[in-house]
Amino acid sequence: MGQLFSKKNKEVFSAPLGIDNPVTVQVLGICSALAVTAKLEPAIVMGLSVTVITAFANVVISLLRKTIPNRIRIIVQLVVVAALVTIVSEILKAFAYDVSVQLSVYVGLIITNCILMGRLEAFAMQNGPWESFLDGVGNGLGYAKILVIVAFFRELFGSGTLLGFNILNYEPIRNIGYVNNGLMLMPPMALIIVACIIWYQRARHKELQEESN
Amino acid sequence: MKALRNYLDKIKPNFEEGGKFHAFQSVFDGFETFLFVPSKTAKTGTHIHDAIDSKRIMSIVVISLVPALLFGMYNVGYQHFRATNTTGSFIEMFAYGFLAVLPKIIVSYVVGLGIEFVVAQWKKEEIQEGFLVSGILIPMIVPVDCPLWILAVATAFSVIFAKEVFGGTGMNIFNVALITRAFLFFAYPTKMSGDAVWVSGDSIFGLGQSVDGLTVATPLGQAATTGSVPAFNMDMITGLIPGSIGETSVIAILIGAVILLWTGVASWKTMISVFVGGAFMAWVFNAIGMENNTMAQMPWYEHLVLGGFCFGAVFMATDPVTSARTERGKYIFGFLIGVMAIVIRVLNPGYPEGMMLAILLMNIFAPLIDYCVVQGNISRREKRAIKSNQ
Repeated sequence: MGQLFSKKNKEVFSAPLGIDNPVTVQVLGICSALAVTAKLEPAIVMGLSVTVITAFANVVISLLRKTIPNRIRIIVQLVVVAALVTIVSEILKAFAYDVSVQLSVYVGLIITNCILMGRLEAFAMQNGPWESFLDGVGNGLGYAKILVIVAFFRELFGSGTLLGFNILNYEPIRNIGYVNNGLMLMPPMALIIVACIIWYQRARHKELQEESN
Repeated sequence: MKALRNYLDKIKPNFEEGGKFHAFQSVFDGFETFLFVPSKTAKTGTHIHDAIDSKRIMSIVVISLVPALLFGMYNVGYQHFRATNTTGSFIEMFAYGFLAVLPKIIVSYVVGLGIEFVVAQWKKEEIQEGFLVSGILIPMIVPVDCPLWILAVATAFSVIFAKEVFGGTGMNIFNVALITRAFLFFAYPTKMSGDAVWVSGDSIFGLGQSVDGLTVATPLGQAATTGSVPAFNMDMITGLIPGSIGETSVIAILIGAVILLWTGVASWKTMISVFVGGAFMAWVFNAIGMENNTMAQMPWYEHLVLGGFCFGAVFMATDPVTSARTERGKYIFGFLIGVMAIVIRVLNPGYPEGMMLAILLMNIFAPLIDYCVVQGNISRREKRAIKSNQ
């Protein structure tokens, strides 16, 4: 049991949440981060879906890693990911239809999410199933974390709600002249918020800053 | 002048390293160099100093904006009194407009310069003077009904994200004032476009009348929505039409243009080519004559005098930081701005005005235009050299 949560394994899990975040440090998965973050609810569902898919795809590929011929590994990875995405998509349609409609093609497009292929290639092909599982969960949650932060600001200032609950759309607030910011609902603002998170993170962690020349 | 200089010298030690107001050193330095040409000179190497530094250039641009600003204030009052059917003297109209516009100028300067001061102090740099012009441009390109807090948010956004993140004055890719307007336009469309924002319906300190739900369309807005081209009249030249505060009067803008060109601050090449490009594209659309598209049927001279076309051509397109810097590049840059502005006006039903988006779009391409011009020049000279060697 002690080995399961060794120091190295803990780091495999926690690094993607912090200083090796897939979105803010590796700058992967940006396009879905722009597309699904206008509201908090789809962002959470999207984050969880990616977490589940990354975790299980990592486990499956890790188990198969010694039998996959090197030349066709990408296609094998794609088949595994596609199968998992289909399962998640069907589950969403069955139990969370509204969110699934809001997410539209972006659930299917998880197949092309760079984080997934990146983790399979860089981690699951070289490591055991348990480490791969932790790595997948860590990266998925790191992605979900950024999505939730971005969606929080976009929904709060763009629509004045959070998870659909009314926060700012009340008469007294309107009467003093408050108006929701329409730009927040457009993708450019998601990019600017992601940029702000990156800015903050780099200001805090000096080791992330490149040498300026 | 002498007394002022002596006073500044007297208080200067307070702001230097170890002085009690060291935290405001950049503020002091900013004011001192604004009032007097700095006495510091470079110690090494050979330098040629022009008498005119960037603070002096900025002051000239601000002076050239004054006629349009004063007329804009008068026009704000004039439109209000006309729309509410009250009579007022010239003084009353001007006072009304002055009181309506002044808070916007203050907000824009306080927010913008505040951020500049903080950043300068933080990075231990001199205060950069670029905001002097942006600060006066911002209130001039918004409708009179734009709320102050929204203006403050937009100014802060554009100073931080269009300027400071790129490295401050002189490093920005986009015109800061136009980014402010673009932010307002996309973030708060109800406060920036439509019919309800162009004429103020409030009474200010007892001047004017308070009217609810006052709607007046700009001539361009009329053309886009009602489907009839407004007839050309003198008000379009003098500027007694509804619109953003500083953009309406062609005459006042022309006075500014003369000042800019006479002092050599702005490039006549950019300015002329914007007008040529706009006239050309509008003429093309006139010639095609699309049915059901009023904007295409609007005569080319009306396109040039309405909306922000003149203001953009004279004060925005010629911005020395964001426009093309090669001489041939200026022609291309200006011409494409004019063309794009008319294309957006005519072909995009959502936006009756296209000047802002056209200039921002061409700002992106300015470095590319410069690169092509420079490379073209290099290859031409190379060919000539090879030819003469044979």
